[in-house]
Amino acid sequence: MISLIPPGLVLVAGGFLLPLLRNPWRGWLMLALPLLTLWMVWLIPDGPVLSGAFLDYTVVPIKGDALSRLFATVFVIMAFAGAIYGLNQDKVSELAATFVYAGSAIGVAFAGDLITVFVFWEIMAIASTMVVWSAGSQRSYQAGMRYLAIHLFGGVVLMSGIVAYVGETGSTAFVSMSIPLTVDSVGAWLILVGFLINAGAPPLSAWLPDAYPEASYTGMVTLSAFTTKTAVYVLLRGFPGAEILIWIGLYMAFYGIIYALLENDMRRILAYSIVNQVGFMVAGIGIGTEMALNGAAAHAFTHIIYKALLLMSAGSVLFMTGKRKCTDLGGLFQSMPITCVCGIIGALSISSFPFTSGFISKSMISQGAADQGLTVAWFMLTAASAGVFLHAGIKFPWFVFFQKDSGLRPPDPPLNMCVAMVLFAFLCIAIGVFPGPLYALLPFPVDYVPYTFSHVITMFQLLLFSGLAFFLLLPQMKRTLTISLDVDWLYRRLAPAVIRRFGEVFVPADQRARKMVLIRFEKFVAGIFRHHGPQGILARTWPTGSTVMWVAVLLGVYLVFYYI
Amino acid sequence: MITENLPILLVVIPLLAAPLCVLLRQPTLVWGFATLVSWMVFAISIQLLILVLQDGTISYAIGDWAPPWGIEYRIDPASAFMQLVVAGIGAVSMVFAAKSVPHEIPERRIYLFYTMYLLCLTGLLGIVVTGDAFNLFVFLEISSLSSYVLISLGHDRRALTAAFQYLIMGTLGATFILIGVGLLYMVTGTLNIADLSGRLPEPAPRTSLVAFAFLTVGTSLKLALFPLHLWLPNAYTFAPSMVTAFLAATATKVSVYILLRFFFTVFGVDVAFFDLPVGDILLPLAIVAVFAASTVAIFQENVKRLLAYSSVAQIGYMILGISFATVNGLTAGIVHIFNHALIKGGLFMALGSVFLRLGTTQIDAMAGLGRQMPLTMAAFVAGGLSLVGIPLTSGFISKWYLVTGALEKGWWLVAILVVLGSLLAVIYVWRVIEAAYFRPAPAGAAQVKEAPLAMLAATWVLIGANLYFGIDSTLTVGTASRAAEVLLGLEI
Repeated sequence: MISLIPPGLVLVAGGFLLPLLRNPWRGWLMLALPLLTLWMVWLIPDGPVLSGAFLDYTVVPIKGDALSRLFATVFVIMAFAGAIYGLNQDKVSELAATFVYAGSAIGVAFAGDLITVFVFWEIMAIASTMVVWSAGSQRSYQAGMRYLAIHLFGGVVLMSGIVAYVGETGSTAFVSMSIPLTVDSVGAWLILVGFLINAGAPPLSAWLPDAYPEASYTGMVTLSAFTTKTAVYVLLRGFPGAEILIWIGLYMAFYGIIYALLENDMRRILAYSIVNQVGFMVAGIGIGTEMALNGAAAHAFTHIIYKALLLMSAGSVLFMTGKRKCTDLGGLFQSMPITCVCGIIGALSISSFPFTSGFISKSMISQGAADQGLTVAWFMLTAASAGVFLHAGIKFPWFVFFQKDSGLRPPDPPLNMCVAMVLFAFLCIAIGVFPGPLYALLPFPVDYVPYTFSHVITMFQLLLFSGLAFFLLLPQMKRTLTISLDVDWLYRRLAPAVIRRFGEVFVPADQRARKMVLIRFEKFVAGIFRHHGPQGILARTWPTGSTVMWVAVLLGVYLVFYYI
Repeated sequence: MITENLPILLVVIPLLAAPLCVLLRQPTLVWGFATLVSWMVFAISIQLLILVLQDGTISYAIGDWAPPWGIEYRIDPASAFMQLVVAGIGAVSMVFAAKSVPHEIPERRIYLFYTMYLLCLTGLLGIVVTGDAFNLFVFLEISSLSSYVLISLGHDRRALTAAFQYLIMGTLGATFILIGVGLLYMVTGTLNIADLSGRLPEPAPRTSLVAFAFLTVGTSLKLALFPLHLWLPNAYTFAPSMVTAFLAATATKVSVYILLRFFFTVFGVDVAFFDLPVGDILLPLAIVAVFAASTVAIFQENVKRLLAYSSVAQIGYMILGISFATVNGLTAGIVHIFNHALIKGGLFMALGSVFLRLGTTQIDAMAGLGRQMPLTMAAFVAGGLSLVGIPLTSGFISKWYLVTGALEKGWWLVAILVVLGSLLAVIYVWRVIEAAYFRPAPAGAAQVKEAPLAMLAATWVLIGANLYFGIDSTLTVGTASRAAEVLLGLEI
């Protein structure tokens, strides 16, 4: 009986209740709701549970299977840890929006038809915008606005795709659309584009690092988990084995690395690394074998946990110091040991360090590429893994907690924030050491042993050399401007200089192009305003005679057309 | 006995009640009486809809003169659906009027106001239920003349010029319709609509082509199809709030109904859409209406005017659906008549509440209003979302059928334009939301209270219906698709 209620709606309804309650009741509700939801998630049996009719179509708001449960489970875990972390957040609007946001993501995970997907998709877009706006700053308002515009646009594309797809096939069921995609079904392509926009795929990746870092210290933790991972889920369900996803995924992996290396704001570094990590998953979905799909699903699971952990650590720093730029931070390990250790555990996980959760999931994707003989993809995935260690694995903890001493001596954050971090740090290591339970949750039977001698050695070599590269290139990473001409200039300067040179050419060119587009756009709007503005020809109050003229003209037109 | 005579009672009750209002005079008494009449009419209309859905088309011969010699009232699914819209909006508007009218109309004129309102209701209902082309023209004149008066009663002096302009253009439209009807009479010798359709010679002679052209232009003028919409923005902006809500939700819709009647019942879909290129002319006009009017709406400073332009755009959607001349297209057009009546009725009522408290509907004056009038502005947001066509609102249902209809014909571009048009709606709705929720109240602005209960109740009944029919669309889509099938001659 209880399984007839969509579990996501519990969180959505709870979100609307939160503003009505005061602490400590609000706090208890925040902790109780995810647990209740988790229980409900696991009550849902396989197959359609609830179905109804909307217009002439069947809708299946709840349909269970292993993949749905996997994603719903990690979403609930995230909502729970996020609630603990956010207990001391006094902006109740943000907490409410967070719950609605998490609930709608769970709604998507159980949706058995495209219409339900779309409804929860849009709720998710609006709720996540509210989370961004809750930071309350002018910058967050503007970033939220841009974020909303992109997501509404994505929603329109998705909706058009769904209408077309339903028109083509006559069915609203949310099943794999990889085959319609190969025969160039317009509906399937539009749906794919709508999904990819939420995944942060090119060319619209920029909304993610633009909006997320403007959210509050708690807001970004939840934002990192749901939108992109829901997109990964729908891609897993809708487009497994669609080859184009391999290349899109690889592009995203490198896009994230390059921009993260150039970035100075600690939370923007982590935002770019979301794009990078989702890239791995998207590539895995594109490979499409059981191994790769399992890998993508497992990676989404572990990624939610360690990325949230990293952002909790960064959020704690922001909360305690109010600073977000790497250049303003440093040496915090002395006074924030818990935050520092948890941050390092998150960083090791994201770099797939053996005995952390990232290792047991990402290696499955690479293995999937290797099994299929996709040599180029395998090399690029491996190179990207090294890059992850550079930008997120070392750069984030090094600049924030070590490096120079910034003189800041903030203590560790309040107890609830520490508890949330320790919980997730524990999960990162527990999943890394005992992958069995996670593997049992995956959609396909797992026949993969992560801890073989060669796997571990390969990974250590990779990490060792990219670590070496980081410290060798450290002066460039700091972007100091001293120039010393010597023989080592060739290897210490030339390569970075080429990269920087490229940046110097590229950035102004890019800005010029944008400015030109902006000017064009402003001119265009001005033109529209001339015609449509309050005094424009279309909006003016015209004398009655002009209508009479129009009447005559139209009558003439109709007569001519009717006669011929 | 009563059941048999329901079609005539629907029209006669408000018609006879109108002069009684003049005798009663006392404002509250007149309001109570007119409200009672409106709700009686609403009850009759529900009964009629049930009858039609059960037993099919009702034919009522006035004075027992058998049609086509006598005047026939004929209620098929399309007219049953329309009379429900008109009577329903009329009944809810009267609740809204309880507080709004005494605030905006001088006390000595209130009894005249309600008299005119009842006449207008009579005219609109008459147009919908009559099966006689000349009788239709008479009712059109009754509704038009009374609506000129209603608009001229607006608080602003510009209401007078707006009403005068509407009078000229409305009369022009009505005259064109009369000329069309006259020419049809010349060709066939009958005025009964059902009879006319059987007697038009094939292929159509020049006289009936000219009649068709006059009817097209005349109805386009009455329903404010771009570029003949010029009377509408001023009329809606300066009319009293209750009149705007009532007329925006019913008057143009009834004109769309007239268009449907003449195109599909009299001429028939084969003549109108296959022999003649009327679809090819209406389609581009409809799309231009959507884009031009939505863009103008974006730049308006007065929210009432903004919504008026949005109405012109929404009429574009209705005509767009009709121009497809398919079941899905017509269903989209007809269901949007219903949904848009709920949306615009609700939105204009919310604005009426704003006007009652603020004395203006300028967008800048509405800054920060989200906190001061939370229920009114929440209704505005819900209505606005429906206008955009967000799922789970009734606006979505209309858009869905419209897009399906376009795709069915293979008109990709049209489907995309429909969706893009909704994005323009996002912008103009957002401007109001942005002002009401994200801007602080202007310095020195007086603290205002939430709207009175009666006005809130009326607003939320429409907005609630709007959300309800977005989820359970059995009644609306079911009736509309039956109406579409009857109009296309697929079902008798």
